[in-house]
Amino acid sequence: MKLGSVVGMVVSTVKDQGLQGLKLLVVEDCDPGGRGAGSRYVAVDAVGAGMGEMVLTAAGSSARQTTLTANRPVDSVIMAIVEIVEVAGEVVYRKGEGPE
Amino acid sequence: MRAAVVAGAVVAARVAAGLEGRKLLVLVPVDAEDGVAGTPFVACDAVGAGPGSRVMWVGGKEAALALDRGDLPVDATCVGILERHGGGR
Repeated sequence: MKLGSVVGMVVSTVKDQGLQGLKLLVVEDCDPGGRGAGSRYVAVDAVGAGMGEMVLTAAGSSARQTTLTANRPVDSVIMAIVEIVEVAGEVVYRKGEGPE
Repeated sequence: MRAAVVAGAVVAARVAAGLEGRKLLVLVPVDAEDGVAGTPFVACDAVGAGPGSRVMWVGGKEAALALDRGDLPVDATCVGILERHGGGR
């Protein structure tokens, strides 16, 4: 799974029938400390993520393995909201405190 | 499968159905000489790996097959702890 930060949302009126009713968010790749690393992509939100939150996304056919995205034309899904990231025994990210 | 070192762990409060309570590890890809070979990512754990472990992991939809049910939204799972890898030196 990739670590990312929710940086925006997408509104789309004309879209595939299978995408109706899904919340689409813009996610930016980030490092374990929450610092943005450039690349951005759109993912379906399966957990109620909000702006600025660090999330995990699953890609490819794995993205269809939620009740929300089953059999839909989706290749990226937000499947977790990150609270804490620990690296080498140190907390490098804690939700609400942002990147250090 | 590819090799990585476990650098840490992730705690997630809200997760998709079926992922509750699962251990999430921060992995750093490594080459045959244990040099860093990519950016950190997160994987589920199927073998009891912990920080510092050298592991092999499987990606794609197959990642869920290593867990107790195959229909989970995960695309990376640790499936082995490595005693040795690389060129055999």
